[in-house]
Amino acid sequence: MKPTETPVIELKNLKKSFGDLAVLEGIDLTLFKGENLAVLGKSGSGKSVLIKIISGLLKPDSGLVKVLGEEVNKITPKELQILRLKIGFSFQNSALYDSMTVRENLAFPLIRTRPEITKKEIDMAIDKVLEDVGLSNTINQMPSELSGGQKKRIGIARTVILNPEIMLYDEPTSGLDPITCLDINDLILQVQQEYQTTSIIITHDLTCAKMTANRVTMISEGKFLKTGSFEELFAMDNQDIRSFYNYNFTHEK
Amino acid sequence: MEKKSLNKFLISKKFDTFFNELTNVFRFLGLYFKETFTSPFEWKETVNQCFNVGYKSLSLVTLTGFIIGIVFTKQSRPSLSTFGASSWLPSLISIAIVRALAPLVTSLIAAGKVGSNIGAELGSMKVTEQIDAMEVSATNPFKFLVVTRITATTLMMPILVLYTGLMGMLGAFINIHQNELTSFTAFIKNAFSTISFLDIYSSLFKALCYGFTIGVAGCYQGYTAQNGTQGVGKAANATVVIAMFLIFIEEMLIVQVVNAIR
Repeated sequence: MKPTETPVIELKNLKKSFGDLAVLEGIDLTLFKGENLAVLGKSGSGKSVLIKIISGLLKPDSGLVKVLGEEVNKITPKELQILRLKIGFSFQNSALYDSMTVRENLAFPLIRTRPEITKKEIDMAIDKVLEDVGLSNTINQMPSELSGGQKKRIGIARTVILNPEIMLYDEPTSGLDPITCLDINDLILQVQQEYQTTSIIITHDLTCAKMTANRVTMISEGKFLKTGSFEELFAMDNQDIRSFYNYNFTHEK
Repeated sequence: MEKKSLNKFLISKKFDTFFNELTNVFRFLGLYFKETFTSPFEWKETVNQCFNVGYKSLSLVTLTGFIIGIVFTKQSRPSLSTFGASSWLPSLISIAIVRALAPLVTSLIAAGKVGSNIGAELGSMKVTEQIDAMEVSATNPFKFLVVTRITATTLMMPILVLYTGLMGMLGAFINIHQNELTSFTAFIKNAFSTISFLDIYSSLFKALCYGFTIGVAGCYQGYTAQNGTQGVGKAANATVVIAMFLIFIEEMLIVQVVNAIR
């Protein structure tokens, strides 16, 4: 899917702090339909806070947050619920409901948001997303019986089952072996192709950023350093970027 | 001098924390009442939680109620026998069970079993971002998780208390029947001759209050849990301690009011 000129997410001078600790200190971003943006940064740099603000889980201190034309921090809770149907959020630790099987995990958002849906339609939707993520055989398993990679896949399946327009991935490859990381990267691209999503991928895995994103940026001291292609970002003469690159390709790989 | 000012600072910080926590609890309660009486209502999940709270506690309260009946009868017999008043056992036991033992013991058991379960379950959901996941999939987690659980504990506790009372009376009857050869009809007649409707109503009212307290303590501790698995353990533990403490305070206050009415 090629990016269009329709802005899907707009952030202007976004600021957020927790007590005395300023995390985001003026983030500006315009993300267009069909784009995949990877946000890099050290742990604690505010990457996850950024997507939590976009999805309305956290309130910013100041600044504009516009998602699909709606100002997230100004709409009513009911309007926010409707907007959230268009936003998929894949959590770092998958956040599958422990007490439910994979089937129940996948059925939950459908039952909650579409009361009129029939059992047959639910079963069809579940079969389709499980096939998309390649885990049809896990349908009756509990989350505790799944591996880390399988949990991530089911977590992604649970978000795409609602056909979101935007996907927010929080560290999709963290804690996984390199082969499973590649599978997850492929899945992110597959989701973008099949569901025509616009995505923000929070990661500190440069392979993931390079494989999945059209644009890459890095948060340092509460701000984006630069937003551009992977090559453009890492051609910058910046100490943070260099050390991030060196660490990833000399230590992790 | 420095130590004194440090102590003052620490004490004022503790007061700050206490009053902040109290404000948060009242906000939590306000939100509960707001969400309880606004649509959509989570009927199915509330019934599900009533099943969890009520049915799954049955075996425990059956055993406890029965044992209390037997033990209390056995312990009371020697004192009454000294005055040749063993025939008063049924009325003494019924007063003790209906007025105090059934509501108090049932709620203390529920605080341990149901309260800690709610605290740990919600705490675990909180620290593993399951509550956030629910929120981003357009479900109101407060309504779905908190309102249903508090309502379930509040509604189920009176039923559990009645049931525990019956089990206690059954235990007492078996013991009295074995020792004094009292018939079932005589036992019932004697037992209920001293119980008034006020005793039963006040007992059920206590049960409602205790159930609400257990639900609020569990949900608040779980829903606001922090710091990973350590926070989950802390939430479960705090739920039991706070719920039990509040139950005793409420017991004392309600007894004063009921005695004034009586």
